[in-house]
Amino acid sequence: MSDHNYVPSSKLGKWFNDRLPLLSLSSHLREYPTPKNLNYWWTFGGILTFCLMAQIITGIVLAMHYVAHADLAFDSVEHIMRDVNYGWLIRYFHANGSSMFFLAVYIHIFRSLYYGSHKSPREVIWIIGMIIYFLMMMTAFMGYVLPWGQMSFWAATVITNLFSAVPFIGESITNWLWGGFAVGNPTLTRFYSLHYLFPFLILGLVILHIWALHIPGNNNPIGIDVKKPSKDTVPFHPYIVIKDLFALLIFLILFAFFVFYAPNLLGHPDNYIEANPLVTPTHIVPEWYLLPFYAILRSVPDKLLGVIAMFASIFVLVILPWLDTSKIRSAVFRPMYRQFYWILVVDVLLLGYMGAMPAEGTYLLIARVATSYYFIHFLIILPILGHKEKTIPLPLSITEPVLEDSTNKELNN
Amino acid sequence: MSDQKKPKRRDFLFTASYAIGAVGVGAAVWPLVDQMNPDNSVKALASTEVDVSSVEVGKSITVLWRGKPVFIKRRTQEEIAEARAVKLDDLKHPEKDEDRAKNPEWLVMLGVCTHLGCVPLSDKGDYNGWFCPCHGSHYDTSGRIRKGPAPKNMEIPKYEFVNDNTIKIG
Amino acid sequence: MKNILKSIFVIFVLSNLCAFNVFSSEETNKLLSNDWSFKGFTGKFDRASLQRGYQVYTEVCASCHSMKLLSYRNLAEEGGPEFSEDQVKAIASNFEVTDGPNNDGEMFTRPAKPSDNFIKPYQNVQEATVSNGGAYPPDMSVLVKARSGGADYIYSLLLGYDDSPSNIQLDDGVYYNTYMLGNKIMMPNPLSEDLIEYNDGTKATNEQMAKDVVTFLAWAAEPHLEARHRIGFKAIVYLIILTLLAYFSMKRLWSRIEPKV
Repeated sequence: MSDHNYVPSSKLGKWFNDRLPLLSLSSHLREYPTPKNLNYWWTFGGILTFCLMAQIITGIVLAMHYVAHADLAFDSVEHIMRDVNYGWLIRYFHANGSSMFFLAVYIHIFRSLYYGSHKSPREVIWIIGMIIYFLMMMTAFMGYVLPWGQMSFWAATVITNLFSAVPFIGESITNWLWGGFAVGNPTLTRFYSLHYLFPFLILGLVILHIWALHIPGNNNPIGIDVKKPSKDTVPFHPYIVIKDLFALLIFLILFAFFVFYAPNLLGHPDNYIEANPLVTPTHIVPEWYLLPFYAILRSVPDKLLGVIAMFASIFVLVILPWLDTSKIRSAVFRPMYRQFYWILVVDVLLLGYMGAMPAEGTYLLIARVATSYYFIHFLIILPILGHKEKTIPLPLSITEPVLEDSTNKELNN
Repeated sequence: MSDQKKPKRRDFLFTASYAIGAVGVGAAVWPLVDQMNPDNSVKALASTEVDVSSVEVGKSITVLWRGKPVFIKRRTQEEIAEARAVKLDDLKHPEKDEDRAKNPEWLVMLGVCTHLGCVPLSDKGDYNGWFCPCHGSHYDTSGRIRKGPAPKNMEIPKYEFVNDNTIKIG
Repeated sequence: MKNILKSIFVIFVLSNLCAFNVFSSEETNKLLSNDWSFKGFTGKFDRASLQRGYQVYTEVCASCHSMKLLSYRNLAEEGGPEFSEDQVKAIASNFEVTDGPNNDGEMFTRPAKPSDNFIKPYQNVQEATVSNGGAYPPDMSVLVKARSGGADYIYSLLLGYDDSPSNIQLDDGVYYNTYMLGNKIMMPNPLSEDLIEYNDGTKATNEQMAKDVVTFLAWAAEPHLEARHRIGFKAIVYLIILTLLAYFSMKRLWSRIEPKV
């Protein structure tokens, strides 16, 4: 990995480390030189790792009591809520944990977009991250089906029905997914199996994600390369560990507010009604974190093109390192990009809001405009901006001031 | 002077943080452990009432209690006399029959062999009681181990007669 | 300045999340509200109200609405109506449940025990539907959580029966309700003045019965609400303390390497 010359202090340690270099790994992680100017937007990687571990642990524990059968699932969740010791706590933690996980991942992604963490040489970190994000969405979607409420059932029906849009083989694919001719017990049991599996795939990818990060090292708010180690860096332990811990605790206070005082605020009342294949809810909506994609899907009047647009919106993110042609990483030095960045943020929030509204009238019009703008941002604006934009000169290093003969003043704000 | 004070204050802050942090971790771990303990619905079934009015002398019934079989035997006078006559020295697990069956006519015990948990067969074995076919343990008319690998007598659960016809177990 | 903008952005995101719950495209009347004792960070259930609410459920609602996820023993649990164990045994024994098969292979009936679930008025959903003019009286175990507006909605609905405006035609067996979605409901007004005689002597006005039964239903949907609030308070206070400790530890550590962090 790196040319670390760590020698364990004890003989036993040396014996073990020669056979499996875990102690060297631990030393590397402790010493890992991190830019010292990282701001709090960089703490979300640690927060995300916590979220993943928390969801896995609470999920495994819930799996000890949940029954994955269409006739028993809803009641088994209520059994957890009522009879299992602290079952209500573990369930609310897992359900709200999903929302907190996505809140953190969106902040993490938007941090990347602002500071150019997706740009060379960090393209592979970004792509692995996008795969993780995709797996997260699939995991969350399948997890939401498990309580077998009205939204569970009908969201599953709507989304799996999308595959019937594929020409020729669409219906076969959909029946294969369902294990039947509609969402039913076979669908539930296989979603349970995969919902249990995917988080461990995510865990593996997270390890690759962090490994890929440790090659070039972290990006930083001013986006310039940093010599490691130097007076511009600090060892990860204890400086970054304590900062990540502090940020995690603030995050946990917000998390605790939801779990203990508003546990059903982010959910939908219809999911407390048992699934009924004969009655469709008035408004089928996914959980909030999937709303922007839902809006994009419904913007396009054609079923197949809607599906393609939805997947394209993720694909466009995957190829972002090649769409964003700017040589400058951080938006701190890209005043035009900065404006378009905030417009994108508003655009995505707007898409999310439209996803919760019925797909008609003004709502549909706005959704269509927002969808078009989303693609315009990535496919047209970014490539052009990289070439045309006038950027602010970069400082030489994090600690050294900007060259004295530079006329540029607006560096720190 | 101030250098000496600084390390002390710094250590205290960190030590206090670790200690308080550890309390939190413990409090967070406890629900994850406790959820595996018997839940409320299981604890609610912890006792069972059994109607024994139809059990004739010399016959027995088996009921399920806490997931295990309980033998309820209405013993004949011979069986009671046989049980009372046994000398404590002859027993691997010395227990008086009077202590096992307060009302001598009724023997209420867990039908689980104390060796490795099989359910012994009634009216079998060399001691007129029960015989466990798994590894050959013989129990007498008081459910006490007389021959074979089982270490203890079959367990007597907590029970009481709520009226002449009903036994509450547990 | 940038940091303030970013913080505002995060708060904007979060408040949008909260706003998402309040979407609707039709006009709905503003719900009646009640100062529920269980609302808010320090919410608790009023025991007397829960016990009266159970009485309303049993005497008025249980003939059509099941509550199959509750057991009689829940009535004695902490945080609920807190009847005594003896009272719960007595309450349960008033109801008959089917058990079996016995050793003869037959099903038999016996009085309910505390460990049994609340008995259901109908054998299954189909029987319940056909016995009520084609409309299924929903199970009420989690009804308060299954309706937008929660306790306020059910309270409003119970008190929302009115004469229909002249432009709305009602079929037989359909009634007008100000708060029901679409204003048409197939349940006739279940409440009337002095419909029941409360065991504790309270006057059984419609508002009183609605308030008590909705409190009972809110508990039925969230039996651990009080424990949740109690533990939540401790958890958040603890987290705030630990956050402060972490903050000062962080400042102390970073002061080693930076004159100002």
